Amino acid sequence: MDLGILVTVFDSALRLSIPLLAACLAGLWSERSGVVDIGLEGKMLVAAFAGAAGAYVFGSAWIGLGFGIFASVAFALIHGFASISQRGNQIVSGVAINMLAAGLTAIVGNAWYGQGGRTPPLEGDQRFDDFLFGHSALVFVVLLAVPLTWFILGRTRFGLRLRAVGENPAAVDTAGISVTGLRYSAVIIGGVLCGLGGVYLSVAQAAGFLPNMTTGRGFIALAALIFAKWRAWPALGACFLFGLLDAIANQLQGFSFPGIGEVPVQAIQALPYLMTVILLAGVIGKAIPPRAAGVPYVKER
Amino acid sequence: MSAPIEMPKWADTILVPAISVVAAFLIAGLVVLSIGENPLTATRYLLQGSLGTGEGLGFTLFYATDFIFVGLAVAVAYHAGLFNIGGEGQATLAGLGTALALNNLTFLPGFLLIPVGILAAAAFGAAWAAIPGYLQAKRGSHIVITTIMFNWLASVLIVYLLVNVLREPQSMNPETRAFPEAAQIPFMHDVFAWFGITIPSSQLNLTFVLALISSYLIWLLIYRSRLGYAIRVVGSNPTAAVYAGISPARIIIIAMVLSGALAGGLAVNELMGYQHRLLLEFTAGYGFVGIAVALMGRAHPVGIILASLLFGILYQGGAELAFEQPAITRDMVVVIGGIIILFAGALDGLFRRLVAHLLSRPKLAGA
Repeated sequence: MDLGILVTVFDSALRLSIPLLAACLAGLWSERSGVVDIGLEGKMLVAAFAGAAGAYVFGSAWIGLGFGIFASVAFALIHGFASISQRGNQIVSGVAINMLAAGLTAIVGNAWYGQGGRTPPLEGDQRFDDFLFGHSALVFVVLLAVPLTWFILGRTRFGLRLRAVGENPAAVDTAGISVTGLRYSAVIIGGVLCGLGGVYLSVAQAAGFLPNMTTGRGFIALAALIFAKWRAWPALGACFLFGLLDAIANQLQGFSFPGIGEVPVQAIQALPYLMTVILLAGVIGKAIPPRAAGVPYVKER
Repeated sequence: MSAPIEMPKWADTILVPAISVVAAFLIAGLVVLSIGENPLTATRYLLQGSLGTGEGLGFTLFYATDFIFVGLAVAVAYHAGLFNIGGEGQATLAGLGTALALNNLTFLPGFLLIPVGILAAAAFGAAWAAIPGYLQAKRGSHIVITTIMFNWLASVLIVYLLVNVLREPQSMNPETRAFPEAAQIPFMHDVFAWFGITIPSSQLNLTFVLALISSYLIWLLIYRSRLGYAIRVVGSNPTAAVYAGISPARIIIIAMVLSGALAGGLAVNELMGYQHRLLLEFTAGYGFVGIAVALMGRAHPVGIILASLLFGILYQGGAELAFEQPAITRDMVVVIGGIIILFAGALDGLFRRLVAHLLSRPKLAGA
């Protein structure tokens, strides 16, 4: 294999891993604070739609980004209200977020633009153009979120408290720190990150929104989060690995190996899911989630 | 856990779900308003399309059949304290099982094909649910995550098989050849015609009756049998179950097997009853609607049938509505489903507190 192909594959792996990474870090923040989030997919989707619509109307990708993040945070707050304030079932709320996002983006998109849910194609300033090495600025913003997440969660007072809330909220409460406040901040940070991922999809990677354009990336991000065992640097590794698999699958379409023949694309597409199930089964290592994840916190009376 | 909210049983089982559904429709109405359409006209088209004609009613019941099966599937797992969001994948595998059985066992006498097809659907659905069930019970892998992964694995698998293995060589479409005629579950209008009664033709087929029978059997199982009791004990308190001599691991696997088999009913209705072949994406997201149905129906078969009828009305009426008012596409049903899941599931406490508050007021006034 020559160097040209390697560079191409690496480049597209990076491109494909950025939305995964954004959603994965979003899940990391949320779950580290004790709020399970299977609504990553839905939040990315609303952000992708709001981002593309905003960029189209105002003619600026950055304004689109603002709209995307706003929409994603709004959905994150619905999830937060249900799971933190109302102490509802976090899984159920996540499923609802995903369905709401899929339905609303399609309906509103169709009503506004009448193109089967698509936004009009974005061009010029409405898209993020190349910033460095042929990648848009959003790529670097998302990459920068990795060391930031690592530093804040591992080295700052806020981050340590946030992680404590995900392990033993009663202890944090006893110390006089607001469990609710910390969890809401985590959920909002998750919303911002999902917003970055979604807007990247529709305004940087593609030129406009397509119905259901996240196509399960939110769930692969969830798989990557488990793979990374809820830590920031491994999250980068896991997302890049899954992005690389995706890039290889694209490259191998119709390629025949000597002796083996054609490897079905689906076999490579199935790998992230399969690897996650195997990891969860505890065959190779063990993935242990934050202890209080999924459990609503109730102050003792 | 938070303090239980005290209220009479009728309020808990009927009033609270009813209020959350009404609230969901109010919000859906706002969505319709915001895209510049009239919600009242929309409701009229919706009801007319789903209940106004015999044909419409047939289609409504056809969709309801799908939802009864996936709703029961979610409910059985729910009683065991499990959240099975793998209905999509289980139904997909069930469809694969049906197609493999019906297109390969053609040497069997014709009258055996329908039962064999149904059993194959149940067996494949059950097997696809049993693996996450086993991993939850024995290895502690979280069932929600594994069933999500299994949904995606199923969709990747079915694409591969339909495109590369099962497709008719001459056909461009990724679908199998048609099932043998003896394996096609009769349409209701044909059944009625045998007795000389003419009803409007629709996709409604005898699987609807199977769905009603399954609902009754699940009611017997959950509320009247030893196994059902064990399932409910494990669901409400696994520690107590162990002290009572019940093995939670065993019950978890059994509940998931049952759940997956029930999800297979979706494949029976869609493929054996209507499409008569295996094709891509026949599950159409109904597996997720099953969650809304089960939550709204309080995981009780009667509630599930009622909730399924409501969603049947929404799906059939929604199709007619999209025809009359193109701005309101069928995605509206997905939105309503999402809001109902949010209200009846995650925000349940909000409505319960509201109802409890309203019910307790007269007492205070009298005191």
